[in-house]
Amino acid sequence: METIILFAPLVGAILAGFGWKVIGEKPAQYLTVGLLFLAALLSWIVFIWLEPETRTITLFRWIESGSLSIDWAIRMDRLTATMLVVVTTVSSLVHLYSIGYMAHDENFSDNEPYRARFFAYLSFFTFTMLMLVTSDNLVQMFFGWEGVGVASYLLIGFYFKKPSANAAAMKAFIVNRVGDFGFALGIFGLFYMVDSIRLEDVFAAAPKLAETQISFLWAEWNAANLLMMLLFIGAMGKSAQLFLHTWLPDAMEGPTPVSALIHAATMVTAGVFLVARMSPLMEYAPYAKDFIVIVGATTALFAASVGLVQNDIKRVIAYSTCSQLGYMFVAAGAGVYGAAMFHLLTHAFFKALLFLGAGSVIHAMHHEQDMRNYGGLRKKIPLTFAAMVIGTLAITGVGIPFTYIGFAGFFSKDAIIESAYVVSDYAFWMLVIAALFTSFYSWRLIFMTFFGEARGDKHTHDHAHESPMSMLVPLGVLSLGAIFSGFIFYSSFFGDVEKSREFFGMPEHIAAVEGEGGETAGSSHGGEAEAEVADTSEHNAEETVVAMSEHNVAMAGGAVAPQGAIYMRADNMVLEEAHEVADWVKLSPFIAMLLGLGTAYMFYMRRPDWPRRLAEAQKPLYLFLLNKWYFDEIFDVIFVRPAMALGRFLWKQGDEKTIDGGLNGLAMGVVPYLTRMAGRAQSGYLFHYAFAMVLGIAILITWMSIGGGVE
Amino acid sequence: MDTDLIAASVRASSPEIIVIIGACAALMLSLWPHQDQQKYLTWLSLITILLASAQTLQLSPRPVNIVETTYSGMFVVDAFATYFKMLLYLGTALTILMSGKFLQTEEAVKGEYYVLLLFALAGTMIMVSGADLLIIYIGLELQALSIYVLTGFLKTRGRSVEAALKYVILGAFSSGILLYGLSLIYGLTGSTQLGVLNSALATADLSEPMLILATVFLLVGLLFKIGAVPFHMWVPDIYEGAPTPITAYLSVASKTAAFAVLLRVFMGSLIGLEPLWSSGLAAIAVATMALGSLVALVQDNIKRLLAYSSISHVGFLLLGIIAGTTSGMSAILLYLLIYTFMTLGLFAIVILLHRDVRAGEPLTLFSGLAQSHAGLAFMAMIFLFSLAGIPPTGGFFAKFYVLVALIDAGHVTLAVIAVLLSAVAAWFYLRLIMLIYIQPAEPTTGSTAAPATGPTGHARAAILLSAPMRLVLLFSFSGTVLSGIFPAWFLAMARQASLSGLGN
Repeated sequence: METIILFAPLVGAILAGFGWKVIGEKPAQYLTVGLLFLAALLSWIVFIWLEPETRTITLFRWIESGSLSIDWAIRMDRLTATMLVVVTTVSSLVHLYSIGYMAHDENFSDNEPYRARFFAYLSFFTFTMLMLVTSDNLVQMFFGWEGVGVASYLLIGFYFKKPSANAAAMKAFIVNRVGDFGFALGIFGLFYMVDSIRLEDVFAAAPKLAETQISFLWAEWNAANLLMMLLFIGAMGKSAQLFLHTWLPDAMEGPTPVSALIHAATMVTAGVFLVARMSPLMEYAPYAKDFIVIVGATTALFAASVGLVQNDIKRVIAYSTCSQLGYMFVAAGAGVYGAAMFHLLTHAFFKALLFLGAGSVIHAMHHEQDMRNYGGLRKKIPLTFAAMVIGTLAITGVGIPFTYIGFAGFFSKDAIIESAYVVSDYAFWMLVIAALFTSFYSWRLIFMTFFGEARGDKHTHDHAHESPMSMLVPLGVLSLGAIFSGFIFYSSFFGDVEKSREFFGMPEHIAAVEGEGGETAGSSHGGEAEAEVADTSEHNAEETVVAMSEHNVAMAGGAVAPQGAIYMRADNMVLEEAHEVADWVKLSPFIAMLLGLGTAYMFYMRRPDWPRRLAEAQKPLYLFLLNKWYFDEIFDVIFVRPAMALGRFLWKQGDEKTIDGGLNGLAMGVVPYLTRMAGRAQSGYLFHYAFAMVLGIAILITWMSIGGGVE
Repeated sequence: MDTDLIAASVRASSPEIIVIIGACAALMLSLWPHQDQQKYLTWLSLITILLASAQTLQLSPRPVNIVETTYSGMFVVDAFATYFKMLLYLGTALTILMSGKFLQTEEAVKGEYYVLLLFALAGTMIMVSGADLLIIYIGLELQALSIYVLTGFLKTRGRSVEAALKYVILGAFSSGILLYGLSLIYGLTGSTQLGVLNSALATADLSEPMLILATVFLLVGLLFKIGAVPFHMWVPDIYEGAPTPITAYLSVASKTAAFAVLLRVFMGSLIGLEPLWSSGLAAIAVATMALGSLVALVQDNIKRLLAYSSISHVGFLLLGIIAGTTSGMSAILLYLLIYTFMTLGLFAIVILLHRDVRAGEPLTLFSGLAQSHAGLAFMAMIFLFSLAGIPPTGGFFAKFYVLVALIDAGHVTLAVIAVLLSAVAAWFYLRLIMLIYIQPAEPTTGSTAAPATGPTGHARAAILLSAPMRLVLLFSFSGTVLSGIFPAWFLAMARQASLSGLGN
């Protein structure tokens, strides 16, 4: 069944991509949609009736090289199943949505066949994404990793007549190469240390890695920390975390369904998935975990702050994605992988909903994307409006504190903020402020788009119309997800310690700790104050020592990979403690949300002149935010120009003159070539070449005499 | 020598003999004026190559680890040679297939072209089968002389002739160095046979100055042939000036043969001297990769860009030698195979887009290709992805196995540098992809682009895909893709070959 899930999109991609001329463009579209829905259905079946044990389904022997032999295999556990559900569900809905959205695209002339190509790319992307999440070794994962990169490149640049789309596609690819560089180094590093890149072997070796030092570049490093950091750099690229985030907003040049699928729900969350997948290694890499928390928290705040002032509807949502990914990384870095995956799941629903809703608005407004030209649309497109409001309620985390009533984001975001409070004050405050910003920009988007006066082109507004059924159905389904997914999955992913252990197939904690965990979970909504928390953590510290020593003994007996989809060390009590935090902590995101909503309401409903006045009063700050903290400009100066300059320098030194000479010669075609050549030969350039060779020989001889001869 | 030995020798070298007979036949045929002459010559050459490859396969030793030496131990038939010969047949055959259209465009159809290519093939075959430095040298010169002429084949084009002249002079210079190194080796050991050298040098004193000189000269002579820094200076000029199919041949077949020699000599016979040359070679490999990738960033001419790209690939290939293990060697063999596919595929597309030599080959040749020819554009994209080493194409595994071998051998720092530089290298391949998908074609700009603002890209006429061209594209495309999906199969071949290569 898993094999069908994995290959159904590939079959769709091949048939639509190469066979549409035979079967026709329309059937090709419906075929891919059908196959995707099949995959989604099977994924849910797999997800619901998943066995607790990790299973491996071997497809074929893939790589055989020296000590390295790898099968192409599917690793089935809770993490994979969760990702399967997320990817296939969102992807199938996006496929369906695209039938309506891509029906008439002004970027193409009427008789240009672009639709089948689009669906082929979408399905191809889905296949590579599934390959990524099902992999049981790091090379297969890297394959999927690069595959989604390629698919994303193709889809961002889908409007290839727009230069900006091409530039954006390029940028996405290049920035991701930087991250992939780190990822590749991490893989090779693991291979070097563990002599295998199968996840099982890597996990089994994790405790040993934590005790090993390796030298890399200029210093000695702890192996587990270093390798995890390298892998995380890969995750930073794919998940658009700070410094490697610049590609994501630009990627909005692609068609909106692409933004919803790739740049909100699936591909960008691959980094989070990677970190959660590597949890057995993460647990032995404390510094890497801290680093991840800091990067995640900073990104969450940074992206949210930029989102405050953007005017392009898709860019606002893009920065919002970037910021939410920061949340997920904080949870993963804190060691609460369940919360990270939980937010990944809920976020996939409400962010895809927001994007598809935005697509519906854009569709209605004839591809106008500037929110300053919207306004008053709620009567024109009421269904889209309803969907967008549901998405906004979900992302801002609306719900009633201390109860189980709320939208998806209420559960998952609060879970993360509570976890963050346990590990780091910095992360906690960053996330709370980011939550305030989130609420502000999300409501700003709603107010500017759907309320107030109609601004911009009057003709466009008059012709604004609700989208076709194929676009509204996905909105409806995703709305259900955005409302209920939090409530349904809360206890499995985060809320109930026992349940979530079982959910992820983890073995029981060592007895003493387990009792503690059960208790804390039980009293999670009790009103005990901080003193109690301090007491508990002290208590835990003792038990941790015991647990640790037992653990080491177990390791000495022979390294085996820990059971379960994720692994939490016995001393990782963040999950338990997160349930124990003080009430004001639990309340803080709610208050932040209310503040944001209130401010947005004042700014965009009651006193529409305030935003302008504030922007003028705080001009430098406004420009700083509007220009995204000037990251693009800084990168250009630091990286792009020097690289070009270096290349040019080497080139000029090397052989500039011969080119110019050659071209001048060409221009003077009347001169007999023999004369030219004689002149050229005597001009010394050949001599230069020969001289360089002689110099090279001299250097080599010296090198070998000094370096080689000594031995 | 008794007759049995002679017969065995002739039998062992029968593929070479077939190719030379084919070349002579082509020479005869070229004297017979006929309007379909070119077609006949193409088929004659291809049949020759097919016969030779059939004969090579038939001779190929089973089980693979048997090494058969003939001509008094100067000529060897083993799995290593077989692998390389098949690679050379592939490269040469695809070159011949893509030449037809180019020569017609250039109005330079001449029988000698095919004759010389076949002689060059014979030369490279002798190189990979040579078990004696002198035999190797002879093969190398046979190949080089044919290529000198082919480089200057477009007699009316200044650039072509200029490139040929440069190539002759620099090539002679490097040959002299190689020959000098060879004579020093002979002076030190009293033999030029690779098998004998191995044992003779096993106990050599590594600080002996003459030995160092000999090693350096041998190394430099071969490094020149593959175009490693700082012996790469000829590469961009000759690549740019030579007729495009010959450029393709140079970057694939002639490089492949030189690598075969480098592997056989340095990883076979001179392996005892490894402490002497390995660190120097590592520095050269890094410099080669760095220079190739960085300079390619600013090129405006497609052939020059591919020249620098091939330089950076050479740097990567050299890393496999530094690994010094069987897996390093098989990684190189696999790399060369995949490199053949992807490079020839891209060159075929360059030839298809080429219209007039006076316009040069600016990068803008590619612009707007996606608009006019979606299929070609897609293929070009796959080739470029592969050259950049991005999965799911073969190019990824080519690099991957080299890196695995490096890390297995403990050269982690080198692997890090290699990964970093290949990330830089990805940039200029992507720039080409971007051009392909940008529309409309930009007018030729910049001082370095050709002064003739010819019909580059503007209102591109329909490209006629002749049957030979289709064949080239089919071969190279499926090779590039299949090696990305089923790398294990390709690698198994390469490993068998490399096991026997290290044996002697």
